[in-house]
Amino acid sequence: MQKSSFFTTTFRETLLRDRGGAVLLSVLLLLMIFIPLLNLGTGVDNPLHVSTYTVTLLGKYLCFALLALSLDLVWGYCGILSLGHGAFFALGGYAMGMYLMRQIGDRGVYGNAELPDFMVFLNWQELPWYWYGFDHFWFAALMVVLIPGALAFVFGWLAFRSRVTGVYLSIITQALTYALMLAFFRNEMGFGGNNGLTDFKDILGYNLQQDGTRVTLFFLSALLLALCYALSRYLMNAKFGRVIVAIRDAEDRARFIGYRVENYKLWLFTLAAVIAGIAGALYVPQVGIINPGEFSPLNSIELVVWVAVGGRATLYGAVAGAGIINYAKTWFTSILPEVWLFALGALFVIVTLFLPDGLAGLLRRRKTAAPPAAQSQSGEAAA
Amino acid sequence: MNNLRQTWQQLQQGMRRDRVFDFIAENRMPFRGQGHMALPGVVDVSHGTLLYLENVSVSFDGFRALNNLTLYIDDGELRCIIGPNGAGKTTMMDVITGKTRPDSGNAFFGQTLDLTRMSETDIANAGIGRKFQKPTVFPRHSAFENLELALQADRRPWHTMRHRLTPTQQLQIEETLHTIGLLAERDRPAALLSHGQKQWLEIGMLLVQNPRLLLVDEPVAGMTHQEMEQTAQLLTHLAGRHSVVVVEHDMDFVRSIARRVTVLHEGSVLAEGTMDEVQNNPRVVEVYLGE
Repeated sequence: MQKSSFFTTTFRETLLRDRGGAVLLSVLLLLMIFIPLLNLGTGVDNPLHVSTYTVTLLGKYLCFALLALSLDLVWGYCGILSLGHGAFFALGGYAMGMYLMRQIGDRGVYGNAELPDFMVFLNWQELPWYWYGFDHFWFAALMVVLIPGALAFVFGWLAFRSRVTGVYLSIITQALTYALMLAFFRNEMGFGGNNGLTDFKDILGYNLQQDGTRVTLFFLSALLLALCYALSRYLMNAKFGRVIVAIRDAEDRARFIGYRVENYKLWLFTLAAVIAGIAGALYVPQVGIINPGEFSPLNSIELVVWVAVGGRATLYGAVAGAGIINYAKTWFTSILPEVWLFALGALFVIVTLFLPDGLAGLLRRRKTAAPPAAQSQSGEAAA
Repeated sequence: MNNLRQTWQQLQQGMRRDRVFDFIAENRMPFRGQGHMALPGVVDVSHGTLLYLENVSVSFDGFRALNNLTLYIDDGELRCIIGPNGAGKTTMMDVITGKTRPDSGNAFFGQTLDLTRMSETDIANAGIGRKFQKPTVFPRHSAFENLELALQADRRPWHTMRHRLTPTQQLQIEETLHTIGLLAERDRPAALLSHGQKQWLEIGMLLVQNPRLLLVDEPVAGMTHQEMEQTAQLLTHLAGRHSVVVVEHDMDFVRSIARRVTVLHEGSVLAEGTMDEVQNNPRVVEVYLGE
């Protein structure tokens, strides 16, 4: 009884204080209701019909948004600029991809029920031990969380205990993802090498090409984004979050007050990696492929740009940044593909120079710049 | 001759540590009668001394910041430490708080806690609080939140995820805000406070942390005369319940609070005593007024 009231009051307080979050959660709720309706409930010739292509595209953006959210936790709130955050996303994606590969069964090109196509092609005789268990969804789902989490835990344990911070930490995270990319490119690793894992057929028995499956995946992406947002917001509003920000702003002070700084960083980093892994696992069935390119440092850097553009340490800013930039990317790469990277670079420079707090900061600044509006707002709150 | 003096010094220190004759004092023996055990993590001040620094030496690239420094702080004492620039005052604090490891020598908190083998966090949690020379508060947090973070509580991540302030704690923070005169600035980000207010906020953070020993590095730097008086009052008020070590340059301020003063010079103790004794010590005069 006591406990439930504790959580409901916390939740209500949290939402009241967090306008951006309230907007975000409402938008997600609307998407979760209307996108399935407009895709499955209307005919193709209906003007309101949302095509499955669009649903999948939106689902992809949601996965990126979830990834950006996880980076915002470590970078925005704790100042840990991870330039290899995409690695956790890719690992989560590979874990899901391995399950989807096993689901193909004997429907591959070689019709071998025991081995995935690329292993047959490499003349392998039996399944490597680390593929065991991926026939089961529950096992794969566990690995989606465990593998990125364990890697982040070990990496973080070593890095934070040795007090590696700032640029040095960024460089090793970058090296981490680069090393993983090179490793996954090798055929001998047994993850499909250059081509990665693809040609998926179905998930939990549902055909991946069907509209219903696509819409469900979209729905789950939105749901998990909402849940992870709520969890992150709760943590950042709790004393835990204040300690995290304190560590970002004055690490020594936090240490001399008696906080075990490395433990805080470690748990936050691990949590962020787990969220990134979940994002990757939702991403792979929707786009239908995972390859070592996902580990490329460029991806991780792009991810940093999303968060910077959206606004650090706001959570909803990261989500918005990921959405906006990926929409722009889709648009640009279909019209002027060669300009995209320049546009992205220019955007990053502009944001760094003129909008250090990103778009979320712009909104906030406008709010404080207009005192009458602010006054009427506080009047409302008082009433 | 030199050897003899060293032996004598060592003997003196041994007496000072009061350990040599422990075997006689029956009730102090851990395994006899109503004596007490040496409990891990508990500060043992049964001999009245809270902090032991013995023959501590620290060198940085050949520069001897601390040179055989020996210093004792009693439980509940207010001690001022003065000394010219480079005398090793801040290095001494670094050694006590675990930021710097001594090349040689002992640093004990109570009789059982070896500070040279504890991390900064362990030392802080054992009950040593520190105010830095440059005021360091958490700039983005409000004054209230700064105190909340410093408030004595379970510091582990899992606990802070679910922690809520109890009414008692809330009251304690409000009272401390009142004590340090920042009640009106309760919800302002600490970055917007004036220099003096930041100093006070940092002292307030030490108060709610409720440490056994407070190390205060230049508390009145940048304060007005009135603020200085208030600070003096606050620090004298604290002594007794806590031990306070103040490092300060401002002689008037030191005079206004000091009961015992230690003068550091070139990394070791030059003189110790009341303010008057110290000021009339010819060696101190020589060092301060110079060649």
